[in-house]
Amino acid sequence: MAEPVVTEPAPARRSRPTGTGPGRVLVAVYGLFALSASARAGVQIATKFHEAPLAFVLSALAAVIYVVATVALARNDRRLAIACCSVELLGVLAIGTASLLDRAAFPDATVWSGYGMGYGFVPLVLPVVGLWWLRRTRPA
Amino acid sequence: MTPHGLGTAVIIAGLLAAAWCLVTALRRRAIGIGELAAMAAVEALVIAQVAVSAWHLATGDRPRELATFIGYLVAILIVLPLAGILARLEPTRWGSLIAAVGCLVVPVLIVRLNQIWTGVG
Repeated sequence: MAEPVVTEPAPARRSRPTGTGPGRVLVAVYGLFALSASARAGVQIATKFHEAPLAFVLSALAAVIYVVATVALARNDRRLAIACCSVELLGVLAIGTASLLDRAAFPDATVWSGYGMGYGFVPLVLPVVGLWWLRRTRPA
Repeated sequence: MTPHGLGTAVIIAGLLAAAWCLVTALRRRAIGIGELAAMAAVEALVIAQVAVSAWHLATGDRPRELATFIGYLVAILIVLPLAGILARLEPTRWGSLIAAVGCLVVPVLIVRLNQIWTGVG
């Protein structure tokens, strides 16, 4: 059986590429969301854009941010990654709230509606973990 | 309608493989040949499921959201190979966690495929 997870001793503050170790898990999950958000937004815009233009444009915007965040984390572009994670966190909070207040404007679920409820709230957790990871690996 | 037996088999196999990779990650090991073989077995079931779904599409059965359905079929085909490659690139416990996440995505996608096929959600 697995021995209990023991937290590692805190490493000395040193800069570390954002896309290695635990960061690679983050890149993988970001990549997964980049893919699914892009595909979903693409289908929505191609097949039923007129139903909810605002929601679908925001959906596409979310997709773009996931793609940029994935690349930034993988390539160790910290400033861009911080910007993306911050915009994402604000986006999921703003769109999540808006989708609950005005259900008519968001008839079809997007990644960020209901704070990412349809995706197991991963969209809400992801930017927080991303920012935490960027902070943890920041250069001294 | 896709046979539920096969879909259920994919879900159970995916969950088992995910659990195995997760245990490996918790033991702070990189995945080895055993985990890769388990992922390959899940992938074989996935390929069978996709083939059955493609057959249904080809013979005229159509879900309401066809484009989304096909998108999910492509996604479920590539997720395990990608997770396997990434896991090998990161030969630490974090690679094992990536493999576990990849294995978990498969059951989720099967559930979504079922929902789209039956028009729920």
